Amino acid sequence: MQVNSGQQAKGMSLPSLLLLILRRQLMLYARKPIEVVQPLLFFSLVLLMFPLGIGPSAERLAPFAAGALWIVALLANLLAVEGIFRSDFEDGSLDQLLLSPHPLYFLLMPYLFVHWLTTGGLLAFCSPFFAYGLSLDTTGIPVLMASLLLGAGVMTIVGALGAALTVGLNRGGMLITLLIMPLYVPILIFGVAGVNAAIVGQSALPFLSLLGGLFFAALALGPLAIGAALRIGADN
Amino acid sequence: MAEPLLEAVDLNVERGGRQLIQDFALRLSPGQLVQIRGSNGAGKTTLLRVLSGLSRFAYTGSLQRTQPLLFIGHQSAVKTLLTPRENLLFHVTGEDFGEEREIDQALAIVGLYGFEDVPVSQLSAGQQRRVNLARLFLTDRMLWLLDEPFTALDQAGVSLLEDRFGQHLSQGGAILMTSHQPLRTLRPHSEVDLSEL
Repeated sequence: MQVNSGQQAKGMSLPSLLLLILRRQLMLYARKPIEVVQPLLFFSLVLLMFPLGIGPSAERLAPFAAGALWIVALLANLLAVEGIFRSDFEDGSLDQLLLSPHPLYFLLMPYLFVHWLTTGGLLAFCSPFFAYGLSLDTTGIPVLMASLLLGAGVMTIVGALGAALTVGLNRGGMLITLLIMPLYVPILIFGVAGVNAAIVGQSALPFLSLLGGLFFAALALGPLAIGAALRIGADN
Repeated sequence: MAEPLLEAVDLNVERGGRQLIQDFALRLSPGQLVQIRGSNGAGKTTLLRVLSGLSRFAYTGSLQRTQPLLFIGHQSAVKTLLTPRENLLFHVTGEDFGEEREIDQALAIVGLYGFEDVPVSQLSAGQQRRVNLARLFLTDRMLWLLDEPFTALDQAGVSLLEDRFGQHLSQGGAILMTSHQPLRTLRPHSEVDLSEL
């Protein structure tokens, strides 16, 4: 009656399990494309408000453009990241993940990567279009894309920590904003400063390096904290 | 006597400031089935979560597990957006379920033949439960912790599950389960009644 012939518990190797989780996360997004489209729609609609509120002329929009793009990208990420563990917590998949014999640190990577890809990555790739709409100087666009890509990595990891801390609470939305918004401040400052530096002809490299450093620090330490927060959340 | 798969000594479990379980001891060896009983709110689920390692901060005492375990809780751990086959293919537990062919066989055993490619959201509650229980026919883990495994199952489902339990025990596995009803064909090695503790 048992289907598997193997008697002794071997389990899967870590790389093949990571690949499975990666495919699972991608497939879940593919089945619910609205989750991918929502942050992008939010991003574009809020950005549309700026020319309406401030005025459509380039000389009024351009000074705000880099800051506006970055702030709205940050908010879009914040909205999306809240749900990163929500459905897994509600249907019990999170318990199963926590019981896996492999280190949680690595098991979280596919979750973070897919979230980064579907929110930050997507926004970064669409950002030139919106930058043009806000009359951002074209010399700033490559730096804008690079800084959004790096910054979205940090935002995903920090946001996932907030999501993990509030996973057991019914309505974590407001709390997560209060918890992690302050942590977004450095990336916002470095990101916008980099874009503005490129526009006035200075090197954006110092700011991108700082963002890169923050990203790798977050990548190294973040999943440890996220894992611990998820374990506390499951302990109820 | 064989090395126990799960051993708890002097376990005290607290929840919400209330002492749920006091001086609990359990030794689960290969081939043994232990059933935990107790009224609603007696702490069956809490105890199972403590023993599985999910609740790490709710207890004092010593708890030893020698290998990864299989845990099936109240929640189905089934993604309603995916099909039954995808749910078993893309699981997160790290068990080796084998190939797609073997997964289809297991789905057929639990009575989901023909439903392999239907999104789980379109299945009934009992069928969704069966998707999760198909894991029991694929897993390579020896220690099973099951929380109310018979919930939402029809009679045929219950006896199918009991047959599988019997087979697992005879292969050297061990089962710790909570259940209100007594088992029909199997005889537990011991029963723990939390209401009496």
